[in-house]
Amino acid sequence: MNAKVSLENMSVHFGGNHAVKSVNLDFPANSVTAIIGPSGCGKSTLLRSINRMHDLVPTARVSGRITLDGKDIYGAGVDPVSIRRTIGMVFQKPNPFPAMSIHDNVVAGYKLNNTLKRSEADEIVESSLRRVALWDEVKDRLKSSAMDLSGGQQQRLCIARTIAVQPEVILMDEPCSALDPIATLKIEELVEELKEQYTVIIVTHNMQQAARVSDSTAFMYMGEMVESGPTKKIFTNPEMKQTEDYITGRFG
Amino acid sequence: MQQQDLILGNKTMTSEQTHAETVAAPGRAGDRIFRRLTAFFALSILAILLLMIWQMTRESLPSITAFGGKFLTGSEWDAVQEEFGALPFLFGSVISSVLAILLATPLSVATALLITEIVPHRLGSAIASLVELLAAIPSVIYGLWGVLVMAPWLQRSVQPWLVDHFGFLPFFEGAPYGVSMMAGVLILAVMIVPIITAISREVLLAVPRSQREAAVALGATRWEAIRIAVLPYGKSGILGAVILGLGRAIGETMAVTMVIGNTPQISWSLLSPAYTMPSVIANEFAETTAKIHTAALMEIGLILLAVTLLINILARLLIWSVTKGQKQGAA
Repeated sequence: MNAKVSLENMSVHFGGNHAVKSVNLDFPANSVTAIIGPSGCGKSTLLRSINRMHDLVPTARVSGRITLDGKDIYGAGVDPVSIRRTIGMVFQKPNPFPAMSIHDNVVAGYKLNNTLKRSEADEIVESSLRRVALWDEVKDRLKSSAMDLSGGQQQRLCIARTIAVQPEVILMDEPCSALDPIATLKIEELVEELKEQYTVIIVTHNMQQAARVSDSTAFMYMGEMVESGPTKKIFTNPEMKQTEDYITGRFG
Repeated sequence: MQQQDLILGNKTMTSEQTHAETVAAPGRAGDRIFRRLTAFFALSILAILLLMIWQMTRESLPSITAFGGKFLTGSEWDAVQEEFGALPFLFGSVISSVLAILLATPLSVATALLITEIVPHRLGSAIASLVELLAAIPSVIYGLWGVLVMAPWLQRSVQPWLVDHFGFLPFFEGAPYGVSMMAGVLILAVMIVPIITAISREVLLAVPRSQREAAVALGATRWEAIRIAVLPYGKSGILGAVILGLGRAIGETMAVTMVIGNTPQISWSLLSPAYTMPSVIANEFAETTAKIHTAALMEIGLILLAVTLLINILARLLIWSVTKGQKQGAA
């Protein structure tokens, strides 16, 4: 399997705090990789360095290499804005734009670099919402505010907004932690489908979720990558004692 | 089972009662006094407002009965002939305040955006305190600066240029005097920038990080993130800031009085002198001899109060419709 995204000796510092320590990891194309680990182990920090979200934090420093299709995304002359258009992100808490309608939320990102005709916009809205299985629920009220949707619907709307930009990689930062079990199930089903077209990297502290949705799993602890491999192997026959302790619930 | 529940329920109730009796008994009198005291002070504010309206209405009765509706539409203001019409003052107040708002709003919102979104946090705080320092300058100082420095500068450089190049427009007609509607608008704009900036800054700081991150993760540049995430989120708050600025502008007396020229006329030219409601009250109150003159000034005060109330009500309606629009859009 060829790697879509690779981390080579990648570290993240916040001021004097070494949050992610020399991680090497490959994310295969068209598959779901889960990153698990206890709170504060650096998994979200690692995820956010892949679409250069740390650029917004003045004290953050990323070192080592992160490549997308072999090209260093932190290289000289690389525009972080174009990186974020290729590598989309879904956040922990659903964060639709409250002042926009459902329709406008979906095309909010797409409109940034394309001038849209109305019919085109409608097409993109419909196809994106269909992909996240939200179309039938909202097609009669596209003009109403996104804030009137339930939490799970809002999160699917945010995923629709992300795929409307046509990214190649989708990062998900604990996308179900604010949702109820039924909404969680829907998102998990969606993740399964998304990998046909995208490379998905999902951070979760829910081990069952990682086991259900991912093809490979990486376990992080105290900023270090302890072990990574096929999900089945990690959950049934881990090589490291720490991994085993974590997945059997002995700590974390 | 049910009985047991009832008994249990009873028990808790009695224990609560005894608890209330033993612990709250001495506190109860204090509570009562406290409640009455706060109610008294709160009501006294309302009473002062009502008394003020009543008093002003009573004092302005001679003028109200003498001129009726003509007071609002008439533009003669002649203390000798005892002929009073307030239209020029109403016009001067409304036009100067509205123009000042148009000028100050983009300036203030841009400053607030610079402070919160563009420069590093420390520099932002420093700029914010500097802007707020502007609000601490007494308005008579603004007036002094306006009449001694700004008005002569307007008269020498800005206004002649405007007359030369745009003199064909009714807004830049006539001779450049310096003291003018233009000077009044400029000084008002400077004076309301701090309040609009300070409130807009608070509003922008309250925009959640997740909103900015959402936009940035979609591939928005800094400006695009501000446009699609930050400003829409803070829209109604910024609107509130602008309305507060308008309220301040319309009631401002001293600085405007010193630079606007104090001529009761209605002219569309920004170069000609004008007069505002607070200015005429401040200028003429000490010199009234006739009772009807005092009454006319009182009536202007009443109109000023009404206009201010009207603006506040309009502001509420506007903010309400914006927020309701969001919710209704949601339904």
